[in-house]
Amino acid sequence: MSGNGRIPNWADVTLVPLVSVLLAFILSGILIWAIGESPWAAVKLMVEGAFGSSYGWGYTLYYATNFMFTGLAVAVAFQARLFNIGGEGQALLGGLGVALVCLYIPWPHWSLALLAACAGAAGFGALWALIPGYLQARRGSHIVITTIMFNFIAASLLGYVLVNVLRPQGSQDPSSPRFPAEVALPKLHEMLALVGIPFSRVPPVNISLLIAVGMCFAVWFLLWRTRLGYQIRAFGESEPAAEYAGISPARITIYVMLISGALAGLMAVNSVMGEQQRLVLNAVEGAGFIGIAVALMGRNHPFGVFLAAILFGFLYQGGAELALWTSIPRELIVVIQALVILFTGALDNMVRIPIARLFALRGAR
Amino acid sequence: MDIATFVQVLDSTLRLATPLLFACLAGLISERAGVFDIGLEVKMLGAAFMAAAIAFVSGNVWIGVAAAVAGSVLMSLVHGGAAITFRGNQRISGVAINFLAAGITVVIAQNWFRQGGRTPSLSGDARMARIDLPFAENLRDVPVIGPVYHGILSGPAPLVYVAFLCVPATWYLLFRTRFGLRLRAVGENPAAVDTAGVSVIGLRFAAVAICGVLCGLAGAYLSTGLSAGFVKDMTAGRGFIALAAMIFAKWRPWQAMGAVLLFGLLEAVANRFQNIDIFGVAVPVQAMQALPYILTVVILAGFVGKAIPPRAGGAAYVKEH
Repeated sequence: MSGNGRIPNWADVTLVPLVSVLLAFILSGILIWAIGESPWAAVKLMVEGAFGSSYGWGYTLYYATNFMFTGLAVAVAFQARLFNIGGEGQALLGGLGVALVCLYIPWPHWSLALLAACAGAAGFGALWALIPGYLQARRGSHIVITTIMFNFIAASLLGYVLVNVLRPQGSQDPSSPRFPAEVALPKLHEMLALVGIPFSRVPPVNISLLIAVGMCFAVWFLLWRTRLGYQIRAFGESEPAAEYAGISPARITIYVMLISGALAGLMAVNSVMGEQQRLVLNAVEGAGFIGIAVALMGRNHPFGVFLAAILFGFLYQGGAELALWTSIPRELIVVIQALVILFTGALDNMVRIPIARLFALRGAR
Repeated sequence: MDIATFVQVLDSTLRLATPLLFACLAGLISERAGVFDIGLEVKMLGAAFMAAAIAFVSGNVWIGVAAAVAGSVLMSLVHGGAAITFRGNQRISGVAINFLAAGITVVIAQNWFRQGGRTPSLSGDARMARIDLPFAENLRDVPVIGPVYHGILSGPAPLVYVAFLCVPATWYLLFRTRFGLRLRAVGENPAAVDTAGVSVIGLRFAAVAICGVLCGLAGAYLSTGLSAGFVKDMTAGRGFIALAAMIFAKWRPWQAMGAVLLFGLLEAVANRFQNIDIFGVAVPVQAMQALPYILTVVILAGFVGKAIPPRAGGAAYVKEH
């Protein structure tokens, strides 16, 4: 999708995604209108629900934390032109890593547990991405299909582990026991209280938010300031050229998938350790897939991912409020998300070509 | 395992394989023409919703089936528009359409029926009737033939037969007609087809439309034949199993039938038994659920006969000037 010289760079990174999102919102508005609700009232409710209080902000940021991790995971892979749809499965396995670390090792303090949980989550996530990565690199099996298959295999594996291994005796619920209180992560309101800012105690937003923001910086540094990052981007731009320059495609594919899987796995630190405090069957709740929308919308740039993650955090929290107060079900958010993926990902040219024409017209004058 | 259980498992294998077979052939035709489609799942889901909703409103299952096919074809054309006309990424478009239908069906179902994103249960003419083959009752007690004829072959909804008839039909279409030859050529080398003066875009849209029709039938069977009504996410990964079966069968119709029967059997066995002892080893039900996906990965990895997709698959065709 590169090689489009007619659109200035600033327009490419801002105008194209904004117009795409606008189109997605307009279509969603028509859908809301078609089912007999007022689009205006819906927007107002969503904005108030997500940003109108520190309670709303807390949930928005909690969801955004998840989406930053999964969005970065997809974005890193996209930089190497690899489409990792396996974020969902990688995050599930990351959750398993977190649960094992928290349940089987007695931690004296949450900070040590957090470090170990990050390692566990990233390690398990990376491992789950390594197999499709290896198969792509060495056997040429298409990563899109293998990562989809691995999502399902991960769900089965987790189901087995929860039912047969982690489930406490006598419990019917396929979930792990609660983690000990020592490993509870500090919530945002506790952290803000240290500097004297009052914040709602309810939302699950926690210290993982800082890790997610840190990861945005780390990924930016990796991609644009290190040799490996250069190789990843070169490989993504042109595989033959990269190979000619002495970059091994197999090595890059495997590295990228390891990084991508680790980032997706890290999401579990926020959801499993930060919120649920135990491992449940659907711990990821589709965040792996939202990562695709977030990465596309953020133009595969960590800063873009950061902004897009907050936008989707807003959609999620706003959507929950909508479902609470109107007859619009939560699934409306899935529709908006789909439209964003469709416009920013697949129908990119539909938005881009008219914008390019506009610029060409202006240039001709 | 006694004979009655055996017959029951085979019977449900046939029923469970039916939606897989439709969807598998749908994907096969689309991918043979060079358009990758990971949106089989939701075309089925959307169609299942349309079938149940319209069958409920009209009281006639066949009007529901027609609506399902129409809805599914419409979704196919959106995918086709993104993948063929606007030359977008076919896989991303597939993912987008997956979410689109998953969300929209629930929103509309909730709006129309207010039953938490499901349609009311279907009964009477709004459900697909069983077809009882002639003499099924008379032959019931004949050993071997009786159970097979009465218990397995006779009794399913008409779409089951249609699905299995689609196998030779697809084979004939792809390998014995001019259209099929061009279709396959468009998936392997679109430039050659274009040079011969045949429209690449037209052929690909035709393939995508056929894919839509078949997915529509898959979904319609799911909500009006296999169960009685639409519930949220009722496809439950079947579209992806169909995709797996297609790769497992290496994009060939007869082998696709074998693959969906195998995967249908796995599902039937997993539904019926919680744990199975095979040679003294207890196989957990989750292993059986994961097996189709594991087998597909193994096949894709080329450890057991490599699966090679159509060469021009996944890439939009740009005419040379």
